[in-house]
Amino acid sequence: MGNPNPANLRRWYVIAAPYFWLLLFFLVPFFIVFKLSLSDSAIAIPPYTPTFNWTDGITGFLSKLDFENYKFIFSDPLYVNAYLSSLKIAAIATLLTLLVAYPIAYGMARAPKAWQPTLMMLVILPFWTSFLIRIYAWIGILKKEGLLNLFLMNWGIINEPLNILNTTTAVYIGIVYSYLPFMILPLYASLEKISPTLLEAAEDLGSRPWKAFWQITFPLSLPGVIAGCFLVFIPAVGEFVIPDLLGGSETLMIGKTLWNEFFNNRDWPLSSAVAVVLLLVLLVPIVFFQLQQQREREAGR
Amino acid sequence: MRSRFSWFNATSITLGFAFLYIPILLLVIYSFNESKLVTVWGGWSVKWYGSLLQNTALKEAAWVTIRVAFLSASVATVLGTLAAITLVRMGRFPGRTLFSGMIFAPLVMPEVITGLSLLLLFVALNIDRGFWTITLAHITFTMCYAAVVVQARLQDFDKSVEEAAMDLGATPVNTFFQVTLPIIAPSVISAWLLSFTLSLDDLVVASFTTGPGATTLPMKIYSQVRLGVTPEINAISTILIGIVTVGVLVAAYFTKRRTEREDRERRIAFGATD
Repeated sequence: MGNPNPANLRRWYVIAAPYFWLLLFFLVPFFIVFKLSLSDSAIAIPPYTPTFNWTDGITGFLSKLDFENYKFIFSDPLYVNAYLSSLKIAAIATLLTLLVAYPIAYGMARAPKAWQPTLMMLVILPFWTSFLIRIYAWIGILKKEGLLNLFLMNWGIINEPLNILNTTTAVYIGIVYSYLPFMILPLYASLEKISPTLLEAAEDLGSRPWKAFWQITFPLSLPGVIAGCFLVFIPAVGEFVIPDLLGGSETLMIGKTLWNEFFNNRDWPLSSAVAVVLLLVLLVPIVFFQLQQQREREAGR
Repeated sequence: MRSRFSWFNATSITLGFAFLYIPILLLVIYSFNESKLVTVWGGWSVKWYGSLLQNTALKEAAWVTIRVAFLSASVATVLGTLAAITLVRMGRFPGRTLFSGMIFAPLVMPEVITGLSLLLLFVALNIDRGFWTITLAHITFTMCYAAVVVQARLQDFDKSVEEAAMDLGATPVNTFFQVTLPIIAPSVISAWLLSFTLSLDDLVVASFTTGPGATTLPMKIYSQVRLGVTPEINAISTILIGIVTVGVLVAAYFTKRRTEREDRERRIAFGATD
């Protein structure tokens, strides 16, 4: 920048629109959330009292800073437990998704070349269908008088109906099911690139197939494993629909806590503080993921 | 990687796809169930589709949803395409890292945060909440998906074609509309379709940013789902699944035909030297 030649100016015509849109609708809102998290809740419309005015200047601003909402979050075990249990549920669900996705992606990468576009398409298609509807479909399957219990009891596998709906197990099933495509696609992309000659060489040198898998295939697929795990883990931590519809009262997740705080208690400042803390919790994995993706992109060139 | 497709591979693919598709299939089948109880099969019937037609609130919500999705997908595709060009073709510029961060962060951002932050922005700007705020919110998060889809295609294609057009005297704008856009067109169409379906599906962001009078279909479905499973929701879900499936298949068909035609043309053009 700096030299106002026409080519440079034209560049900015292209850059400006998406740039300013994202600044206004993505970045600025975060500052507003942070500002509001320092306010007190009030019975008004909108339901909060401003803690400070921008006109007070920097000293007025600093003197009025008020971390009451944050103190409240960290003193109330409900919120701390909700954060911890969200991280735990998301981590376990990510691991389960990886275990389910790996054999599928592996099979896809080894399938005849002519099938692969169709298989890819079949993995992507459910992602296009509504998330809400796919979760709803599981309610009918998992509930006490639902299709799974009906099936298992008809075949005499169980005598008593299983209680799965409204438990954390149902939340795991929901996360694995809805995020499976996000795991399969990056895994498939990195598995597909591995040259079969490497495995043939290993075999010629006397390596057992299982050993060759652990020593060659799996390490080479690591970029896909990492990308997939982030793509599942990060959104799963803040998930709302799945714990709300499939989980029970025992399932604590922070996305649901935030939603309740906002819609049921109408405490906007407190829900803002919950959002800020959630963002800070996710910042490390998000930045790490960005850097990893950037490295991948640059390596791909 | 292509060597010996084993029984183990075939089984894992089959089980995987069964897991992905059986829940959706069951939902579709039970939308044609005569009985109101989900576990009792009362024979085939389309009566729940009939009762949908009488539900004016649901039809109204569907109309709001389609308008929001159409408008937001169109704006998001334009902004997303510009963003993709910025990422791939503009090289370095001040604030590039921030820009690419703002494109990729919304993809993994929990929806509750996106929804809450946009709502607070609209309140701060004193904008009346309703149809337009949902649309603005949807443009914001779907444009990032659109950017990623178009970016993938832009990265793939040979830049020398653009350079050749410029060398022959085409202006950058002409080059974009006559050379670049036709080449990336399939990805622009997929970007639009993806933005459209994401907007169509969204519950969380819409719930935060809506105001009185604007209820979208997912919000309507959600409030009914909380009361329990009903064949009517199965019916509306089946219609949505049908629309999306047909859309994706049509898009895939056209992309396939296009690449086949391009391959053929390339073979003819370079036939003599091959």
